[in-house]
Amino acid sequence: MNALLAADVNVAQNVGFYVIAAVMLYGAVRVVSTRNVVHAALWLVVVLGGVAAQYVLAAAEFVAISQVMVYIGAVMVLFLFGIMLTRATIGSEDGLNNRGWGLGIPVALLLAGTMIWVVVDQYRGTVLESPEGPMPTTALSDVFLREGLVPFLALSFVLLAAAIGAIVLARKD
Amino acid sequence: MYAVNFLILGALLFSLGVFGVIARRNAVMVLMSIELILNAVNVNLIAFAMMNNSAEGHVFALYVIAVAAAEVGVGLAMVLMIYRNRRSIALDELSAMKG
Amino acid sequence: MLASTLSSGWFLENAWLIPLIPAIGFAFIIFFGKRMPQGGSEFGLLSMAASFAIAVGATVQWIQRVNSASSEGEHALGGFFGFARAVLPMAGEEGGHSAAFVEPVVRTWTWWQSGGLEFGVGQHIDGLSIMLLLLVTFISLLVQIYSTEYVSGDRRYTHFFAALTLFSAGMLVMVLAENMIQLILGWEIMGLCSFMLIGHWWEEAANSRAALKAFFTVRVGDVGLLVGTAVIFFGANDWAVERGSNGFSIRAISAWALSGEASNSVLFWGGVALFIAAIGKSGQFPLHTWLPDAMAGPTPVSSLLHSSTMVVAGVFLVARVYPVFFVGFDILDTAVNLITIIGGITIIAAAALAFVQDDIKKVLAYSTVSQLGYMMLGLGVGAWLPAVFHIFTHAFFKCALFLAAGSVSHSGSHHSFDMKKDMGGLARKMPITATTWMISTAALCGIPFFSGFFSKDEIIDNASHNGYQFFYWVGLIGAAMTAAYMTRATYLTFFGAPRGAAAGEHHDDHSDAHDAHAAHDAHDDHDAHHDDHHGRHAGPHESPWRITAPLVILASLAIFSGYLNAPAVGTHYFTDWVEPAGVAVAADHAATATDGEEHALGFAALAAEEEGGYSEGCGFTTPEDGTVCYAPKLSHAEFAWSKAAPSIVLVAFGILMSAWLSMGVFGDRKHPLKGLTSRSGIARRGHAFLVNKYYLDHLYEGVIVKAVAHPIAKAAYWINQNILDGVVNGVGRSGRATGEWVYRNLDQRVVDGAVNASGLVASETGHALQPIQSGKVNQYGALLFGAATVGAIVLILVNI
Repeated sequence: MNALLAADVNVAQNVGFYVIAAVMLYGAVRVVSTRNVVHAALWLVVVLGGVAAQYVLAAAEFVAISQVMVYIGAVMVLFLFGIMLTRATIGSEDGLNNRGWGLGIPVALLLAGTMIWVVVDQYRGTVLESPEGPMPTTALSDVFLREGLVPFLALSFVLLAAAIGAIVLARKD
Repeated sequence: MYAVNFLILGALLFSLGVFGVIARRNAVMVLMSIELILNAVNVNLIAFAMMNNSAEGHVFALYVIAVAAAEVGVGLAMVLMIYRNRRSIALDELSAMKG
Repeated sequence: MLASTLSSGWFLENAWLIPLIPAIGFAFIIFFGKRMPQGGSEFGLLSMAASFAIAVGATVQWIQRVNSASSEGEHALGGFFGFARAVLPMAGEEGGHSAAFVEPVVRTWTWWQSGGLEFGVGQHIDGLSIMLLLLVTFISLLVQIYSTEYVSGDRRYTHFFAALTLFSAGMLVMVLAENMIQLILGWEIMGLCSFMLIGHWWEEAANSRAALKAFFTVRVGDVGLLVGTAVIFFGANDWAVERGSNGFSIRAISAWALSGEASNSVLFWGGVALFIAAIGKSGQFPLHTWLPDAMAGPTPVSSLLHSSTMVVAGVFLVARVYPVFFVGFDILDTAVNLITIIGGITIIAAAALAFVQDDIKKVLAYSTVSQLGYMMLGLGVGAWLPAVFHIFTHAFFKCALFLAAGSVSHSGSHHSFDMKKDMGGLARKMPITATTWMISTAALCGIPFFSGFFSKDEIIDNASHNGYQFFYWVGLIGAAMTAAYMTRATYLTFFGAPRGAAAGEHHDDHSDAHDAHAAHDAHDDHDAHHDDHHGRHAGPHESPWRITAPLVILASLAIFSGYLNAPAVGTHYFTDWVEPAGVAVAADHAATATDGEEHALGFAALAAEEEGGYSEGCGFTTPEDGTVCYAPKLSHAEFAWSKAAPSIVLVAFGILMSAWLSMGVFGDRKHPLKGLTSRSGIARRGHAFLVNKYYLDHLYEGVIVKAVAHPIAKAAYWINQNILDGVVNGVGRSGRATGEWVYRNLDQRVVDGAVNASGLVASETGHALQPIQSGKVNQYGALLFGAATVGAIVLILVNI
């Protein structure tokens, strides 16, 4: 698969990509395979951070910052609280997996194979041009406040509903 | 940089997330796996935005992040409630959906 | 162009205030209502009064506009003709008045933009909307006045007025709507408020069930509204954008449907979908079951819902985008179409049901359903104006009937609505209520010189005029049935010997009253209310003025409103003011059609054979290049007493027959018909069939839900038990299970035979599957993703 040997493009960028991707994939494997819930959460931080780094490589600075703030800042804290409040064992424990967990392997392999096949088939040789600079935030705001306004408003309601719903669900009475 | 790099990374992350959803017994772990899936989608969106040199992919990715935040909030609240009612968040013990 | 020569005015230009004021009133009631001395009802009353005032102003200015248009048309026709390209000669018009096109007062503002589409909000004022604006504000105002007395002391008094006000606002938004999106907005506001109002006394399970039923039944139809709007939008949008409009605009849709460029199948399926919405909202035949149950709401709500708002919405929808139906269903070219079938069935079916009701409000509810059938029938046979006129007259007399029924229960029968148990002989005790009831009944039955006669008879007459001979008879039979069941209800309520509460009997303890009520879904009892009145009145008496005043006003309108359009005495004001002229006018958008070639629409050939100049005009020929049509050209049947005679005779027959039967069955004297249902099996079965409302509820809940939901649940369970778990299990256990199966099978086959073996297999499988019953969610996830992947692979392979 010489598509991955991107010789005719920015070498530093490529090296960065492969290193980060390797870390991310290792982290993701650990998330779904470790026997320790807290470790899984910490590995998830690695993966999410890697995603943010990839965004920076792809010139999506704003999304990367949002990723760091929302995921690593807020979502991870929520996860850790969730783990603590449900009194999961802090050390490693057996029985984190289902009895039928083996079924996941063929499904995941099948899924990965299909998607990679399709993607390679469709985009083999497509080169992403190195952007001149990061995507300006004004361009994003233009989209948000023009075509994307209605989904934006709808999303605001979703967040409001989620906030209220979370309170209602988690309330003690 | 080739487009397939990002897309294959996305596909692998997605599949790992799916594996986690299927294999994990702890509800919090399942939620984490769902985060993996959502991030895989975001990686793809950013790659496509770069391919078309447009801001829309970024905006979509931001939407997904916001929805994911809402999802985690509600999901964890549900997990807490389940834990409070049943003292367990093992998914295989929640068989009220059994046909 | 034309509009510049027409008179306009502040009220017409600012008619959009009419729904806005009640909407603001609603907010005031919600936020400040509880702190007000009158509990917020003053906001509701004030806002409705203000809206009514604006509506009156707008009506006056609209009439001036119409008059200016026709005088303009008369003396300036020569010069004007070429410019406006009114291709239509005035043939077929009765009375010789000209049919100049009166430009509606349309104003729009951008509501929101998304993806290059602009969604507007605005007003579209023409005769139809002016008529309904006036009607809705007027009836709402009267109902609110009535409610201040009727629900006084209720624990949710403020909320009641809030919902009532918002409900009116929703209807007004819909009536004003300039485009389909706005129409849907108003439509849905009404749906929500009807849910709140019908379930106002939700403490009783029956009431909240009725509210849910109304909401969900109407929702079934609402799907049709969304689908229909989308279908029409995608059909009309390109055509409309070319002319500077869009596919949601009602004007653009009407013009597009009549332009001859619209595909007939798009119009047909769009029309079918929209008509399904109208069926749900207007309680037409298969979806009418919610309407009688909606009687669970307080009486003012029933009267508002059933006279001028909620249920009329469906009829209004059809009348509003009438060109879609006109062309899509080939009205005037067929002897039968979907609208007439549904309308006809509704007339007869609902009238038959009204015979067996003991609850006075349910009689009225079925009567409403039946009358809505008339309106639909009118629209279906091409009698647009008589149908709209029937909305107008029906609103007054039906509202009066409901309010009279409420008055009877309020002051006469101790909050009971049971005609057989608690009424009778009330005419002497409640003279005003009885008189207004009887006037309205006469109007409803279509007795000559009352308003209903002029509208209903026109519908029936036009059915025959436009070639719908079968539905002419349906209409006649329906009229006779209407007269008969209303006579029965009148007799039971106001004549004969007083019974139960009407005789002054007191329900000493509440449980007694509640038992009686529990038999019907509908009753207006409420504890706080109940106690409030307990001490005040012992027996039947006339209601206070806040109840009788609206009754008297409505009853006089029930007589006189008909004379706005009474061909028998030669008036046709309503026709002049409301009916849009079916003439082609210069397109007010600069863009012209590229394809201006004139070609006849499909059914012009047959239509040409008819009398009355049907060969040309809007809806029959394509409008000339640069002109558009907004309404089809319709002709009206000439009125003649000879043609009205059959219906008069049938109505008289119905009244006399029913009076005779009622006196016989419910009177004191012995009569052969007495106890017929207990003696004759056929009569009993027929009665049971009607009492059970044709078993439609059983069909919906018992058969359809069971037939659809149960097999699916069972099949899902079976698949779950036998296949899904088997698959999962198979991975881990197949070796052992197969081995055991083979071992046992071979072993047992020799000894006990195959039957025993298969039993053991089943049992073994069951045991083996038990440990796998856990972990459902993950298994579901696995199956979901696995199935999606397999599906994707199949798609890829197919597309390679």
